[in-house]
Amino acid sequence: MITAATIEVESLTKRYGNVEALRGVSFSVQEGEVFGLLGPNGAGKTSTVEILEGLRTPDSGRVSVCGLDPQTSGVEYKYVIGAALQSTALPDKLRVHEALDLFGSFYPRRRGTDELLKRFGLEEKRNANYSQLSGGQKQRLALAMALVNDPRVVFLDEPTAGLDPQVRREIYDIIEELKKEKKTILLTTHYIEEAEKLCDRVAIVDHGKVIALGTPRELKQRSGAVTRITVRMSKPETNGALNTLEGVTECRAQEGDYLLYSTRVPRTIVALVKHLEEQNNELVSLEISAPSLEDIFLELTGRRLRD
Amino acid sequence: MKNTWALTVSRMRLAMRNRAFLFFSLIMPLAFLFIYAGIFGRGRTQTVPYLLAEVLALTVMGSFWGLSVQLVTFREQGILRRFRVAPVTASAMLASSLLSNYFLTLPTIVVEFYLSRSVFHMAGLGNVLSILILVTLGTVCFASLGLIVASVTNTMQETQIINQIIWFVFLFISGATIPFPMLPKAVQAVAVYLPATYLVSGLQRAMIDHTSITGLGMYVASLLGCALIAFLISAQLFRWDPEAKAPRRAKLWAAAAIIPFLLLGALETLSGDLRSHAMQNLNSIREPYTLERIDH
Repeated sequence: MITAATIEVESLTKRYGNVEALRGVSFSVQEGEVFGLLGPNGAGKTSTVEILEGLRTPDSGRVSVCGLDPQTSGVEYKYVIGAALQSTALPDKLRVHEALDLFGSFYPRRRGTDELLKRFGLEEKRNANYSQLSGGQKQRLALAMALVNDPRVVFLDEPTAGLDPQVRREIYDIIEELKKEKKTILLTTHYIEEAEKLCDRVAIVDHGKVIALGTPRELKQRSGAVTRITVRMSKPETNGALNTLEGVTECRAQEGDYLLYSTRVPRTIVALVKHLEEQNNELVSLEISAPSLEDIFLELTGRRLRD
Repeated sequence: MKNTWALTVSRMRLAMRNRAFLFFSLIMPLAFLFIYAGIFGRGRTQTVPYLLAEVLALTVMGSFWGLSVQLVTFREQGILRRFRVAPVTASAMLASSLLSNYFLTLPTIVVEFYLSRSVFHMAGLGNVLSILILVTLGTVCFASLGLIVASVTNTMQETQIINQIIWFVFLFISGATIPFPMLPKAVQAVAVYLPATYLVSGLQRAMIDHTSITGLGMYVASLLGCALIAFLISAQLFRWDPEAKAPRRAKLWAAAAIIPFLLLGALETLSGDLRSHAMQNLNSIREPYTLERIDH
């Protein structure tokens, strides 16, 4: 039996004037998965999500969500998706509960306004105008609105951009909760921590293409990015033997420490301990720093993510 | 249909919270009523139906601004995009503009009638059915024209400027401020091509002569034609996205809205029907004046 993915994106291309925003983006997201599109601004994340939301049409390629096509499935499509846009805007004088009532009224199946207000901590702001809300409150309302129809698939475009760290954590908690409810979530971000913390799988997007795809752990393992092992020993090493330990690609001395760059960390450590025993040397401290997605991005593109 | 209604209610609520909207759609028409009936009519009861018809026309023509401008704000601020992700269609969005505008215009019309009766002692009510039909078609027609301007302009500022220009033309050469027969002949020749002129003149006939709707065929046809064509064009031109700028082609489409009036204007230029009625309407305020003088 072949089970189709909940979200399927195939060879999307999109051009704005002379700018090629998407150059063949493909990926698929399984039911209940939290999938992240990670990349710098202008990489094509928002274009991809907006095609999935039905806000834009691709020049070529195909997308489907729950087997439906955003361009041809009409309202049926809108019933299965929920979305918080990159900048959700509402009329200034629209009150918080009115926004949820109004958008809820568009769907045959809906969650109650009171339930949503409570869940997103907006009860006290129930009668406040949209313009009176803080950035974090606006974002919480945007998320509440994305869930008003209890959708199967939720699109979150930069859900924490421009928010302070505390509010960002609140939003993370909300997304974690959605994950427990088995919602299929596609989120875009340019925060590495966010992708690592929230996503089951991540696609790294750059210049309109997916350049790497996998779980955060797989990406780290698969990439050539090496793990750094910082070692301090009771006696200094002089014979250069550390360079020849299994898995070590490079060894540098730095202020009494030795930095070993390894592609096979467990092997290197076993070899290191054996070597020290042979030399009658003692291990004072050892620290392993795994490559971050940031390192992987740097390695794949030669640029930092937030440049 | 359910969505259209929900949007209509919500947009009416928002309009009521907007001071500029309240001023232009409620306070200003009433101010016109007091200026017209109190100053131009010198408080004479016989002049009120003629002047009230002008004020009604101004109120209806105000639909040109109202909810269409709200739609531009919605688009430019990216509010429409959020609606687009929900199961809201372009036609529901447009229809809610027309409906909310209509339901907000009607109370003003009622207040104008009430004040004309209570403050200026107007005798009858005119042909109520004819007035209701003309007001209904007029609001749809002018609101749709406003929607077209909203769609072909790219910024709020641009919308305001274009609206001002068209609004002043409607205001001054349709007979809603300066009586049609008093306009220079050359201006009259242009005015017969405007929907506003038919609205003003039709309302005056319904108010003064109690003309039934069957007697106002040409006026009804012109406003109905305008309403239909303008609405269809506005649906063609509707844009959800602030980034999607209005293409040149759209501006040509918009120009097509004047086609029914070119035809009507040509017809009127040949028949002179509207002009003769406009003269009769104006005489309705003059004749009693001369009679009064004979009586004394």
